[in-house]
Amino acid sequence: MKLRIDNARLLDPARQSDRIGSLCVQGNRIVACGEAPDDFTPDEVIDADGLWLIPGLVDLQARLGEPGDRSAGTVASETRAAAAGGITTLCVPPDTVPVADNPAVPELIRRRARQAGNAFVLPIGALTQGLDGERLAPLNALKQAGCIAASQANRPIRNTQTLRNALEYAASHAMPLIFKPMDADLAADGVAHDGAVASRLGLPGIPTSAETAALAQLLVLMEETGARVHISGLTSRRAVEMIERARTRGVQVSCDVAVHHLHLSENDLMDFNPLFRVHPPLRTPDDQQALRQGLKFDLIDAITSDHTPLNADDKALPFPQAKPGISGVETLLNLTLRLVEDGTLTLLQALRKLTVAPAEILGIEAGTLAPGGRASFFLFDPDRHWTVTPETMLSAGRNTPFAGWEFEGQVVATWFQGKPVFNRLNG
Amino acid sequence: MALVERDIQLDEHKRLKHLLTLEGLKAHHLTEILDLAETFFDANGELRKVPLLRGKTIMNVFFEPSTRTRTTFEIAEKRLSADVVNLNIATSATKKGESLQDTLWNLQAMGADMFVIRHADSGAAHFFARQVAEGVHVLNAGDGRHAHPSQALLDMFTIRKHKGDIYDLKVAIVGDILHSRVARSQIQALSILGAREIRVIGPRTLMPSCPEALGVHVYHDMDAGLEDVDVVIMLRLQNERMSGARLPSEKEFFRLYGLTEQRLERAKPDAIVMHPGPINRGVEIDSAVADGPRSVILDQVTNGIAVRMAIMAVIFSNAARHPQEDAS
Repeated sequence: MKLRIDNARLLDPARQSDRIGSLCVQGNRIVACGEAPDDFTPDEVIDADGLWLIPGLVDLQARLGEPGDRSAGTVASETRAAAAGGITTLCVPPDTVPVADNPAVPELIRRRARQAGNAFVLPIGALTQGLDGERLAPLNALKQAGCIAASQANRPIRNTQTLRNALEYAASHAMPLIFKPMDADLAADGVAHDGAVASRLGLPGIPTSAETAALAQLLVLMEETGARVHISGLTSRRAVEMIERARTRGVQVSCDVAVHHLHLSENDLMDFNPLFRVHPPLRTPDDQQALRQGLKFDLIDAITSDHTPLNADDKALPFPQAKPGISGVETLLNLTLRLVEDGTLTLLQALRKLTVAPAEILGIEAGTLAPGGRASFFLFDPDRHWTVTPETMLSAGRNTPFAGWEFEGQVVATWFQGKPVFNRLNG
Repeated sequence: MALVERDIQLDEHKRLKHLLTLEGLKAHHLTEILDLAETFFDANGELRKVPLLRGKTIMNVFFEPSTRTRTTFEIAEKRLSADVVNLNIATSATKKGESLQDTLWNLQAMGADMFVIRHADSGAAHFFARQVAEGVHVLNAGDGRHAHPSQALLDMFTIRKHKGDIYDLKVAIVGDILHSRVARSQIQALSILGAREIRVIGPRTLMPSCPEALGVHVYHDMDAGLEDVDVVIMLRLQNERMSGARLPSEKEFFRLYGLTEQRLERAKPDAIVMHPGPINRGVEIDSAVADGPRSVILDQVTNGIAVRMAIMAVIFSNAARHPQEDAS
C-alpha cells in the first residue's frame, strides 16, 4: 500500500521544518517528506490543501483503565480516543488494578494494544511491589516484558533509604525512572493546593513544599547515584526554579507538565466542582505562569495529558471524596496550541514538546516525519471550529473540566504505522 | 469559567434558595433572617410557635454525629409546624453499598421539601444542592471545615442582641481556625455585616495557610489579640489536634490561649464571651468565665432555635413568592 498526501503544511519539529509539500508512505514507513520522488506510484492520493501534517504525538502519561477494577475505559477505547487527539504513542503508568509489578500486566496491556492497533502503547512498570514503596519490583523482568520505564505513579516512597536503593537498582539495569515528586506526609489527606482558596473553602491542603521537598530529595539522590530520572507533572514555580538550578549544576534531568496545569488554577475550585480535582493539585495563577515560562525557556521538556478516564460515579461525590483526574487525550493538542495562540510558544516549539522531546526522553524513535521512520502522523484542520462536549467524547471517561471550551483547529485524520486509525475528514 | 457560574444558593431574583455558605451573600440576606428571628420571641422572651411550614417535610440528614445542632434544628422545625424526619447515616453504612447520590434521591422520592445536611467533607452541601430536584432546598448544618452558616447567623443574632450593631465592633476568634467551619462562617458573617476588625488568635499550626484571604488579622499572642475587643469567640479544641503534632499539650494550649478572668481583662469591660459548644472546660475556657456574667453561651443556644426557624421560613417564603412575581 502506497499513500501520498499532497499540499500539506508539513510540520516536523525534530528537523525544525515547516514547509508545504508531500508525504509519501509505503507500508508502515515514511519514504519521503517534502518532494515526492518521481518514481513513487501511490495507490491512494489525498489532497491536504489547507491542512497541517504533524507527527503522531507522544504522551508520557495516559491511563487506559485496563486492567482495572470497575474503571472507565479499555486499551481499545482509550487508544481510539488518543488517535482522535493525534496521539499515536502513549505511556501507561503502573497504577492499574492489579498493579504493573509483574510481567503479566505489561504483557496484557501490550497484547490489547496490538489487538486494537490504534497506537503504540508503552507500559511503565511499578518500581516497588504493589507500589507499596517498600519492596522493589522485579525491574529486569518488567523490562523484558516491555516496560519502557519504572515509576511509583502517584504513590511516593516514604523511606529515603528505600528510594535511594530503588534509584541504584534501576540504574544498574539501565531502567529509566519516572517520578512525580510528592512528599507522602506533607500531601497526606490534602485535596487542594494549600493556599488562599483552600483557606477560604476549608479544603485540606497540599503545600507546595510537598512537591519541592520531594524534588529536592530526588535531585540530590540523582546527583549521588547517577540514576536517570524523568520528573513528571511539575506544578509550581519553585519546582521549575529547582530544575533550572540542578541543570546548571550538571544534573541530567528531564521534566514534563500536565497540560491542565497550564490552563487551570486553584481559583477554579471555588464552587467545589469535582471535575477540577486533580493530583498533584492545581496551584496558583503565578505557578501557572511559571510553568508556561518554563516551557518557553525549555526548562520543561514535554507536555502530557495525564489522561485519567473515570466513571461518572467517581466524580459524583463531594469534592474531597471524588477521584482525582481528567480525561485528557482529546484536548491535549488544542490546549497546548492555546500557548501558541497567546504567543508563549512558537508552533514548532509547542509541537516539539508533544512529539520528539518526549520520544527522546523515552529513547524511542517516534515523533518525526523523517524518511525511514514509522508512518504515524495526523492531519489537522486549522480552520475547523469545535466545542468540547463530554457527550461526544470518544474516551470512556467524560470527566473533563473543559466542557464548553471552544477551539480553533481540530485533528481530522490519524495514521498509525501507515494504517488509518481515525478519520473525520468528511464528518 | 466556574467563577461566572450563577451562585447555586440563590434563585434568579438573587434570593436565598439554599443556605450553603455565607460567602457571596449580601448584608440584606443576613439581616432579613436576623430581623425575622427577632419576631419569633414574644414579649417575655419566650419562643413562639408559628405554623409557617405546615405540610412541609424537612429531613435532617446527619452523616456526622451531632446532638445539639440536630436537636435545635428539630425544635426549630417543629415550632414551624413542619413534618420532621431525622436520619443519622453513619459513613460506614453508605460506604457499604448505596452511593450518596442514591441515598439523597431516595429520600427525595419520599417527599422531602428540605434537607438539613451535616457531612464530614468540605463542599458536601454544594454537592447535595447540585443533586436535588428543583423546589427542594438544602440547608448546610456543617460540611467538613468549610461552613456552618446557621451557627454563624445565630452568633450574629446574639452579638446584635447584646451589642446593638455588628458595625464598629472588634471581634476576636480564638483557637483552632484551620479546622473550624464555624470560624470560617463567622468571619464571613462579620465581614459582610461590616465589623470594624476581625482578629483570629492561635498558633500557626491551627491557622489556615493564607489567613489574609479570609480578611482577618492574625495574633499568636492572646493578650495582644484580646486588647480592646468587644466580643471574644472561643472555639472548641478537638482532642485529635494533640496527636497530629499541632500542639504539645492541652496544658500548654490552656496556658497560652485558654480564656481566664484575668485574660479577659484585656478586652473591653463590657465584652461578651461566646462559644459554639460543646465547651471543654479547662482546655480552651475556664469555668469561671464560661459560667460568668459576661458569658452568653447559653443564650446562643436559645437564639439558635429562633435563627434556624428564620432561615427556613425565609427560604420557603422566597420559593412561594416566585410564581406570583413571574406572573406580574
